[in-house]
Amino acid sequence: MNTPTQEIAKPGNLQDEQILLTSVDDFLNWGRQNSLWYLLFATACCGIELMQTGGPRYDWDRLGMIPRPTPRQADLMVIAGTITHKMASRVRTLWEQMAEPKWVISMGSCANAGGPFSKFSYSVLNGVDKYIPVDIYIPGCPPRPEALIDGVTALKERIQTYKTFGRRDEPIVLQ
Amino acid sequence: MSPVPSRNQCRGKAQSFEAIFAKVLVRFPATQAGSAPNGARWIAVQPLEMLEVARFLKSDPDLSFDSLCCLTGVDLLKFPTDAKDAPPCTDLACVYDLASSVHGHEVCVKSSTSRETPEISSVESVWGVASFFEREAFDLLGVSFLGHHDLRRLLMPPDWIGYPLRKDYVYPESYGGVELKREGQTFESGPYK
Repeated sequence: MNTPTQEIAKPGNLQDEQILLTSVDDFLNWGRQNSLWYLLFATACCGIELMQTGGPRYDWDRLGMIPRPTPRQADLMVIAGTITHKMASRVRTLWEQMAEPKWVISMGSCANAGGPFSKFSYSVLNGVDKYIPVDIYIPGCPPRPEALIDGVTALKERIQTYKTFGRRDEPIVLQ
Repeated sequence: MSPVPSRNQCRGKAQSFEAIFAKVLVRFPATQAGSAPNGARWIAVQPLEMLEVARFLKSDPDLSFDSLCCLTGVDLLKFPTDAKDAPPCTDLACVYDLASSVHGHEVCVKSSTSRETPEISSVESVWGVASFFEREAFDLLGVSFLGHHDLRRLLMPPDWIGYPLRKDYVYPESYGGVELKREGQTFESGPYK
């Protein structure tokens, strides 16, 4: 049976001298994706699932997701629930108050496309993407916490390729 | 209706609908009694008399309607009328569900007003809870409540045009620069026509 061999520490070995070489964007993105502070904002029943995901069972604090009560400290906005025409301008204001770089997850059918209200409702906006740009669309009515965590995982992959002076990526629609 | 305590909890004496209506009729001769096939009965009140009737219903010691359970606006467009040759109904109406925690009785009061000048006197000064109910009815059906201290839209944006729960409402094609027309779906093809 082979025993793991231990490399002898040599001067000049980067690993031993605790030096890491990377580009600034990669380093910042690594930090960004592991401390995604999200705005504590929910408008309908998707918000219940959002709270569940933050609760002890799914505990997305372990992914670095910390709720923030003010948009000025938030990196991520999870649109959890139905957005009415009256609410839409408020959502836009909250989104504008967030500092760059910022990301938006559209959670559930209502925020994606109006959901059950899309056909004849007089008050519901058909998709929050008419007011703010969305990065990840999560289907479901409401999505389970697993789906939400899946969406956050997809967002983390996207954040890793974020370029400070680059173009905005196309939105991702989860299946 | 659950807010009404059971009769043995109440210290007063519950009145029948006939007794309540008789008391109101003596004071307000223009009121009428109405009934539906399912046995529901109501008192129909002139719209501009509504405030006086409400004051009377609350302050009369035998009635003491101290609670407004619900205030609903109704669009009676194309509502079937009893008379055969009557013109089709175009009225807007408000339905007030009242209860008394003193006597344990309840009554339904309706007040219908014309579609052209939908005006009903506000009962906000009698039951404070009516303030929000009336704003909602104003927002969605366009009933103006005379004497309301702050009659603004409640649910729709303040610059919204039209009253969405009216049966002849036509959905706008855009609002705030956002296209509202649904693909392959016109409002005329919907259930409202």
